[in-house]
Amino acid sequence: MVAGLRALDRKLIRDLWHLRGQMAAIGLVVACGVAIVVTTRTSYTSLLVSRAAYYGDYRFGNVFAHLRRAPETVRPRLLAIPGVTDGTTRIVREVTLGVPGLAEPATGLLVSVPERRWPVVNDVHVRRGRWMEPGRRDEVIASEAFVVANRLDVGDTLHAVINGRWERLRIVGVGLSPEFVYEVREGGLFPDNRRFGVLWMARETLGPAFDMAGTFNDVALTLAPDAVEADVIAQVDRLLARYGGMGAYGRDEQASARFLKDEIAQNRVSGTLIPAIFLGVAAFLLNVVLARLVGTEREQVAVLKAFGYTNWAVGWHYLKLALVALFTGAAVGMAVGLWLAAWVNERYADYYRFPEFLFRLDWTAVVLAVLVTVVAALAGAAGAVRRVVRLPPAAAMQPEPPAQYRAGMLERLGLNRLLAASGRIIARHLERRPLKALLSALGIAFAVAILVVGRFFVDAVVHMADVQFRHAQRENLTVVFNAPRPAAVRYELQRLPGVLRAETFRSTPVRLRNGHRSRRVAILGLERGSEMRRLIARTLEAVPLPAGGLVLTAKLAEILDVAPGDTLTVEVLEGTRPVRRVLVAGSVDEMFGLGAYMERGALSHLLQEGEVSSGAFLRVDRPAALALYDRLKRLPGVAGVASRDAALESFEATLARSIGYMTAILVGFAGALAVAMVYNAARIALSERGRELASLRVLGFTQGEVSLMLLGEQAILVAAGIGGGLAMGYGFCAWLSGLYQWELFRIPLVVSEQTLAFAVAVVLGAAVLSALLVRRRIYRLDLVAVLKTRE
Amino acid sequence: MGDVLVHALSDVDLDLVRGEFVVILGPSGSGKSTLLNILGGLDVPTSGTVHFFEHDLTAAGERALTRFRREHIGFVFQFYNLIPSLTARENVALVTEIARRPLDPADALRLVGLGDRLDHFPAQLSGGEQQRVAIARAVAKQPDALLCDEPTGALDYETGKVVLEVLERVNRELGTTTAIITHNASIGAMADRVVRLRSGRITEIHANARRARPEELSW
Repeated sequence: MVAGLRALDRKLIRDLWHLRGQMAAIGLVVACGVAIVVTTRTSYTSLLVSRAAYYGDYRFGNVFAHLRRAPETVRPRLLAIPGVTDGTTRIVREVTLGVPGLAEPATGLLVSVPERRWPVVNDVHVRRGRWMEPGRRDEVIASEAFVVANRLDVGDTLHAVINGRWERLRIVGVGLSPEFVYEVREGGLFPDNRRFGVLWMARETLGPAFDMAGTFNDVALTLAPDAVEADVIAQVDRLLARYGGMGAYGRDEQASARFLKDEIAQNRVSGTLIPAIFLGVAAFLLNVVLARLVGTEREQVAVLKAFGYTNWAVGWHYLKLALVALFTGAAVGMAVGLWLAAWVNERYADYYRFPEFLFRLDWTAVVLAVLVTVVAALAGAAGAVRRVVRLPPAAAMQPEPPAQYRAGMLERLGLNRLLAASGRIIARHLERRPLKALLSALGIAFAVAILVVGRFFVDAVVHMADVQFRHAQRENLTVVFNAPRPAAVRYELQRLPGVLRAETFRSTPVRLRNGHRSRRVAILGLERGSEMRRLIARTLEAVPLPAGGLVLTAKLAEILDVAPGDTLTVEVLEGTRPVRRVLVAGSVDEMFGLGAYMERGALSHLLQEGEVSSGAFLRVDRPAALALYDRLKRLPGVAGVASRDAALESFEATLARSIGYMTAILVGFAGALAVAMVYNAARIALSERGRELASLRVLGFTQGEVSLMLLGEQAILVAAGIGGGLAMGYGFCAWLSGLYQWELFRIPLVVSEQTLAFAVAVVLGAAVLSALLVRRRIYRLDLVAVLKTRE
Repeated sequence: MGDVLVHALSDVDLDLVRGEFVVILGPSGSGKSTLLNILGGLDVPTSGTVHFFEHDLTAAGERALTRFRREHIGFVFQFYNLIPSLTARENVALVTEIARRPLDPADALRLVGLGDRLDHFPAQLSGGEQQRVAIARAVAKQPDALLCDEPTGALDYETGKVVLEVLERVNRELGTTTAIITHNASIGAMADRVVRLRSGRITEIHANARRARPEELSW
C-alpha cells in the first residue's frame, strides 16, 4: 500500500504516527467541540419538532378557560367567536384519590372525554389498553406518568371521592395528552406524579356524577393562525363572566405548555450558548496548538524547500497533517455526538411523555461546528506554515542563531538573584514569549471555566431546594379544601391525629393587571407571622408581610412592570368577582414561580368576606402520619394534600434530571478538553526545548532537575490558568444565571467551593497526568544526538 | 529490514593520564564520537570495561552515569549548546551551582577571555565567544576530564584558533585532562598524544615530543 505513495505522503503517514499523541489530543478537542454541538442541537431540535408534531396531531388548544358551570348551549356561541376554529367543552374536577401502595392521599384531575371516541381539542393518545366502553361507569384512562410512578397498569383499580362518595375506578387504558405533558396541579410548581394524576372519564359518566349533565365547567379552543389571541380571550371572558368564568388564557399561561416552553428556552440556551463557548474554546486551542506544532517543524520545512519542493507543496503537506487530525476528530465527534443525542433523546422521551419522540439532526449546526473548528485550526496551522516557508532554505540550513533573550523585568526588579538557574530559565522563557505563555494559560483557564459552568447548575439547584424547602416552606403537609371553609376549621385540623400545628391560608385566583400587562395568578393570604410559610429571597433574607398591599415575586413584578409603591388592578376570578386597585407593598426575589402574597386579613378585606380558609399548612408528627393520611383521604371537604418532602423529591427529580444529563456530558467533555490542552502544551514545550534539556542532561543535570525546568514552567502556566479560569468560570456563571430567569424558576448565582475544587482537581489531575507522560519522554531524551546536531 | 549489528568500536584499549592533552583523530564514522561518549559517561560499551580511577563505569546505571558526568566531566560541543535564556555568567553558574568545588563563574569567563561579556546573552555573542562560554562552563566545575567534540567544527579559522588557545591554557593552568576529537589532523600537533581511529579500531597512538602552541598551527 505504502509503496504506491509519494515520498511526501509517506512522510505524512510517518509524521502522523510519530505525533500520534498530539494528533490524538487535537482530534479529541475537535471531537469534543463537534460532539457537544451535535448532542445539544439535536436534543433541542428533536424536542422542538416532537412538541410541534404532538400539539398538531392531538389538537392542543390555543385558548383555555375554566368556569363554574355553563349550559351546553353556550358552546355554539364560543365557537362563533371570530378566529375560533374548534372547541371542546368539558367537565374537569379535582378529587382526592386512594392509590394502592400509597399511604397519603393523592389528587386526581378528572377530565371528561366523549364516551364514543371522537376527535376533540386536547385529545388523548391511548398508549396502552383501550377507550372506555359505553355504559361502564367505573372505567377510566389514567395518565402514563401517574401510572408509571405508582406502578399501576391496565386492569388495576383505585379509589376516588366523587361527589362525596368513595368510589372504585378501574384503569382500562393508559393515556397521554398535549395538555398534560407536565402534570402539574393548579398552582403547583413541579410535577409530582405519584400524588397527582389525570384520569379521563366519559362525559356521560362524569356529568351525572357531579350533577353537571348538559353543562360544562371547562373549555379548550383552537384558533385560526391569523386570529388575535388577546381579542379571543377578551370575548371568551365577556361570554363566560356570567357563568363564573375564571379568566381565559393562552398557551403562555397554560401550566404544561408554559413549563415545556421554559424548558425548551432553557434548552436553547444550553444548546446554543454552551456549545458556542465550547466550540470557541476548542477553536482557540486548535489554533494555538497547531501553530506551535508546525513551528517546531521549521528545519524539516527548510530541507524540503532546499530539495526543490514549492512553498505550496510544503504548505499543503502540513495542512494535510492538520486536516487528518481535524476530520478524524470531527468524524469521531459526530459519532459520539449522535450516540449521546440518542441517549439524551431516550431520556427525554421517557421524561416528556410524548406519543412519539422524533429524532431530528440539526445539520446546519453540525456543518457549522465542523467548519468553525476546521477553519480555526487551519488558520492556526496556515499562519505557522506561512511563517516557516517564507524563510529562505539557505538561512534555515545555517546554524540558527540562539533565540533572543534580553534582561527583562526580572533583572529590573532584582529578582534574578533570588532564583536559581533553573528558576531563571523558567522566568526568562515566560518573559520572552509573554503572548505564548498567555495563550497557554488562557487555554487552561477556559478548561477550568467550562468545568465550573458544568457543575454550577448542580450548585444552583441545591441552593434553590435549600431555600425553598428548608427556609421558606416549613410545613410537612398542605391541605387544600374543595371550597372555602370558616376559619374555625383550623381547630378541627389541629384535633386530627398526628397534627402538631395547623396554620390556615386563603388562596384566590386573580388576574393582576397593569395597563396592557396582565397575569393570572393566585394570591396567597398568609397569617401574619406565619411560621410555616415565609417569604424568603434568594439571598436567604426573610421579607416580612406588610399589613396591607401585595408582595410580588420580583419576576412577577418585572412581568407586570410594577415596583413597590405602584398600584395595580386585581380582578378576582371567583365569588362576587370584585375588581380593586391594590398597592404593591413589596417584592421578594424568589427563585420559583410567580407568587403574589397578602396578609390574610387584608385579602379578606379585598374579597369582602369574613375569615375563611382555602387550605391549611400542617406540621405532622411523623409516626402518626399514616393514620392522618387515612383520615384526610376520606374527609369530603379535602380536595388534595401535598407533602413538602414529595415536592422536594419531585423538584430534584425534575430539575436535576433535565439539567443533569447535559451537566454530565459537559463535565465529561470539559475534562477531556483539559487533558488534551495541558498535555499538548507540555508536549510542544518539550519538542521546542528538547535540545536544551538534553544539553543540560549531558552537563550532569539529573532527569529530575531537567524535568523540573520544563514542568516547572508548565506548572506556572497551569497555576495561572487555574486562577484565571476560576474567575472566568464565575463570570460565565453570572452571565448564564442572568439568562436563566424563567417564569417557572430562576437560577441563582451560587458557585460552591466543591465546584471550584472539582474544576481545579480535574485540571490538576490532567496536568499531573500530562507531566508524567512528558517526564517519561524527558527520561528517553537522546543525549548523544544533542552533541551532533544543531538547532 | 532486519537489524544489522554494527561495531562502532572494537578492541579499543586506551588509558588517559591525568593532566595530559589528547587529540583523537579520525574520519567520519571512525568511531571517535562513540569513544568520547563512552569516556564521558553518555554511553556504555556492549562489551569490555571502562574505569575511571577506582570507579567501574561499565555496569553503571543511568543515575550513576549522571553523577559521574556531573562530578567529573566537562563537555564542549560542536554547536555550543548554550541555554539561550541565560546570560554568559548564568550559563556557567548553571554548572557551578551543582558542582562540588567550582570556580567563580566570572573567573572562569575571564580565563577564556570573556571578562567583559559576563552579562551578555548567547544571542549577543559571536560564534567563537559562544564556544568560549561553553568552555568556561565546562571547566568552571574543575572537572577531572574535559571532553570536546569538534570544538572548532562550526567556527572559522581565526576563531577556531582562539578557542584552541583557550583549551590549551585551561589544560596548562588548571591541569585538566583534555580530550579533543576532531577530523582536523593539524590540531594533533598541540597534543601530548594523538590517537588515530579508523573503522572503530585504534590504528596508531603517537606521542609528540613537543606540544605545538596553537598559534603555530595552520590548516
